[in-house]
Amino acid sequence: MKRLVRKHPLAIRWFHWINFPLLALMIWSGALIYWANAVYRIGIGHLTLLKMNFPQPVWKALHMNYRLAEGMALHFFFMWLFAVNGIAYVVYTIVSGEWRLLVPDRHSLREAWQVTLHDLHLRKEAPPQKKYNAAQKISYTLIIVMGLFSLLTGLAIYKPVQVNWLAALFGGYAMARFFHFWLTVGYVLFFVVHVAQVVKAGWNNFRAMIIGTEVVSD
Amino acid sequence: MTDGPPIPDGPPIAEEIEAARLAAIAANDAAVDAEVRRHTRRNFIVAGVAAAAGLGGWKWLRSRPAEGGVAWPLRRVLEVNERIAGALFNPNRLSPTYDLSQVMRPARVNGGIGLTPNVDAENWRLSIEGAASPVALTLDDLRALPHRELTTELRCIEGWSIIVNWTGVRLADVMARVPPPQPVRYLSMETPGRGYYVGLDIASAMHPQTLLAWAINGEPLSWQHGAPLRLAIPIKYGVKNIKRIATIRYTNVRPADFWGERGYDSYCGHRRKFILARSARI
Repeated sequence: MKRLVRKHPLAIRWFHWINFPLLALMIWSGALIYWANAVYRIGIGHLTLLKMNFPQPVWKALHMNYRLAEGMALHFFFMWLFAVNGIAYVVYTIVSGEWRLLVPDRHSLREAWQVTLHDLHLRKEAPPQKKYNAAQKISYTLIIVMGLFSLLTGLAIYKPVQVNWLAALFGGYAMARFFHFWLTVGYVLFFVVHVAQVVKAGWNNFRAMIIGTEVVSD
Repeated sequence: MTDGPPIPDGPPIAEEIEAARLAAIAANDAAVDAEVRRHTRRNFIVAGVAAAAGLGGWKWLRSRPAEGGVAWPLRRVLEVNERIAGALFNPNRLSPTYDLSQVMRPARVNGGIGLTPNVDAENWRLSIEGAASPVALTLDDLRALPHRELTTELRCIEGWSIIVNWTGVRLADVMARVPPPQPVRYLSMETPGRGYYVGLDIASAMHPQTLLAWAINGEPLSWQHGAPLRLAIPIKYGVKNIKRIATIRYTNVRPADFWGERGYDSYCGHRRKFILARSARI
């Protein structure tokens, strides 16, 4: 027998869907800035496995070259909306008690491993869960912590003298920029896995993120 | 089912009970489906309107006329950011300093706008306009002031940074020697022929780490580094560290800024009220 179950509160749906274009704009404008000094890489010592850069013709084809000034202006515009939306989300989860469903506990790491094995079809049973499984709890909490660090490293790069103590905390200005960049790579990876999982979970689950309710059959 | 309703006369027809049960489930499921369809329709309309509004806002932003090289709403927000930074500005916060051994050699060269290879240090003069009377200083005049050495980070707006050592005099010391007749808000600095120019707020100009430098990493400036005299202002991005200064001008009108006219934040970081208070102490 089917029944409708309330899944995602209205506020969380708004925060989520507002964040999506804002984060996309922050990443895109961040890439316009990064173009001017695209120096990072994956490698050990002198061995470079992957340059975190495109060849210039690719940047050109993407219309993302020579747009540093525009990138900065956009970044310092949308940073406010991105930060306010993120902080409002955190405040909401605390006030509403939703955090209890989101924050991992001491069993989560082990359970997340079991969830991963289950998702990879290496394990039959998924561990019991409430709204979110352990892997979701860890990722959805981690992404918020990452957001906080993006704000802090961003502030350290933005005002390296006025908040020189904050830059020092990250190992200096250059290191703060380094972390700010790799956090962004983290969002992109999160996005890929997140979308793949949403596709795998199906329409009913996806629709719940828009309408709030999910159809459950028992 | 011992305490259920009494079974009516006739043989209990299991099939009928089962059929009724299935019908009840089907009716329930149909009702749930109808309700979820209603929810979906309503919420997708809201989502569509919100998405259209967002897209409309983006299109609006992208189509605004430019002001100083960027769409004006972006320029307004850069100015708001500047006022916030100015309100929170603490002149005692210093750019971190380093040991001489941490200096990165050779100092990276970047930005040649306004530079010409010919430097005639003998005949070079730094003219200061807007002072009580126009002044033209020689390098020796500047060298007579207390020398300062500073090993700190030069941060380029492009994103890279290097540790450099500067030798020169504090701009504040020069300004104290050649003060403006009355408090001013800004300084303008130009290369010969105004090939490059920056605007500075007075508070930043008077910051103790703001130097007029003639040497980098212990060596006299090369022409690419801005011989004979350049600005070293570690509280700002590299673009403000103007090379080969020919003219300094006191002004109350916000000065033109080369990159500020080309879409960049002409970020000065200091609120006007604050700037006036500081400038009174020159």
